[in-house]
Amino acid sequence: MDFSAFILQQMVNALFLGSIYALIALGYTMVYGIIELINFAHGELFTAGAFIGVIVLSGLQQIGWVETHFVLTLFIVFGLAMAYVAVLGVALEHVAYRPLRNASRLSALLSALGMSIFLSNGMMLSQGVSDRAYPQVFGLESIDFFGAMISHSQVFIILLAFVLMVGLQFFVHRTRLGKAMRATAQNRTIARMLGINIDQTIRITFMIGPALGAAAGVMVGLYYGAVRFDMGFIFMIKAFAAAILGGIGSIPGAVLGGLIIGGIEVAWAAFLPSAWKDVTTFTVLILVLYLKPSGLLGESEADLRV
Amino acid sequence: MTEMVLKNVSKRFGGLKAVSDLDMTVPEGRILSLIGPNGAGKTTVFNMVTGVYPPTRGEIHYNGTRLNRLKSSTIVSHGIARTFQNIRLFGSMTVLENVQVGMHCRTKSGPVRALLKTPFERKEEEAITEKTMELLDFFGLADKYNEYASNLPYGDQRLLEIARANASSPKLLLLDEPAAGMNPIETEALMDLILKLRDTGLTIFLVEHDMKLVMGISEQIVVLDHGQKIAEGAPKDIQRNEKVIEAYLGSGAKAEKKAG
Repeated sequence: MDFSAFILQQMVNALFLGSIYALIALGYTMVYGIIELINFAHGELFTAGAFIGVIVLSGLQQIGWVETHFVLTLFIVFGLAMAYVAVLGVALEHVAYRPLRNASRLSALLSALGMSIFLSNGMMLSQGVSDRAYPQVFGLESIDFFGAMISHSQVFIILLAFVLMVGLQFFVHRTRLGKAMRATAQNRTIARMLGINIDQTIRITFMIGPALGAAAGVMVGLYYGAVRFDMGFIFMIKAFAAAILGGIGSIPGAVLGGLIIGGIEVAWAAFLPSAWKDVTTFTVLILVLYLKPSGLLGESEADLRV
Repeated sequence: MTEMVLKNVSKRFGGLKAVSDLDMTVPEGRILSLIGPNGAGKTTVFNMVTGVYPPTRGEIHYNGTRLNRLKSSTIVSHGIARTFQNIRLFGSMTVLENVQVGMHCRTKSGPVRALLKTPFERKEEEAITEKTMELLDFFGLADKYNEYASNLPYGDQRLLEIARANASSPKLLLLDEPAAGMNPIETEALMDLILKLRDTGLTIFLVEHDMKLVMGISEQIVVLDHGQKIAEGAPKDIQRNEKVIEAYLGSGAKAEKKAG
């Protein structure tokens, strides 16, 4: 592989990893935009999505659908994982956050941490402590893209992430509910006065954010070939960093932040000792926040900007 | 008759009695102004009527419905809309979107249908855009529909707030100091606009400090002082009412007037 192909390969890797971080970061940023809460349980929702994915996919593989109905299988796996986690997200909001909506910020934050531990332990007890293998449905073939080798799973994941992000953008800008969501994020009191159902808007935010995280969870499972109850932690930290870097509350910021974090990580690992890649990532985060505390696309006031 | 009736309404904030035993009626299709010195309780009345907080005592009825404990979002669907003393637009949304959001409570599509973009929803969406443009036209904002609300000049922001309140097709419109910060020419235009709105059948309930506007367009005026109603009547009666003059200028003013 010559140098230009190597660079291209790393760029694709960065795009791949960045897309996954971006999908998870969107969940943080949307929830923060609307209720100003860091949903610390988001990493566990991501993991729950990965588990539902492996359960459904294994089932479908046993009945032979992976060979006979490949596209339909993927559709069902992603659909069920996203739907399940969307319900989980709504339940989480209802049980852990809604009762504390008028309480202090700190109480809600503690509740979020508590839910994170609760869900993580729940998955440990129900799914075990060891790695669970994901069926390798994409095989090992790669596409030769100007010398860079891109695996089928990478192509699929990048495309799906792109579709989901474009879909979100469409939803937030073009639909009534999306507009209600932006209005609620900017000023909840006024939104309520205009007849927007705030509870419903918050519920929908807690469906969409976690569903995107669940999709990322299935993607990670498909690509890395395994899931574990605590896999959410490191992705959560990175995606959270991405959301902060891009400016928490900003949807394009979350995507940009995800791609930057993915880019730094891959670039560092490509040329320098990869053990240091996380240190570099967070150093960059600290530097950006030092120079622009509200993040790259963030503004000082917290609302959902798109 | 779809009138708004306040009966014995009081509001207490801790030890402070912001409004006490207020009786008043906002008759249908008229322009009624609520005036009074700073801190008289005018905005408190607006906030109770629109469900920001419930009255401590008393009853608020509109069109036969008791509003006391209803949520703001429900009150809107009864045909009551309001604007705010300080402009509170959605700054990072366009002029068009601001009004569309205001139309929200009038649309029929539920969340599922809205997500799935059914043909019904699509048609409704188109109708909304059309209606929004008509409304913006009425307010003279049609050519600025695609601008961010925060980029509009001050006077236009005020107008947009009224347009947005109108998007829910209210029967009763509450305007909280609509002329605040406007220059005389803008105020003049605003007066014409309020009269035009009244002529479409809308009831206008107004809180305002600009006496030129209040006296110029009100058909009826209620005066509050320290949370209590001290006078009620047509503009010319209010102007001559001694209690009102006293409340605004202090008791010395009366003495001076007599002396002079």
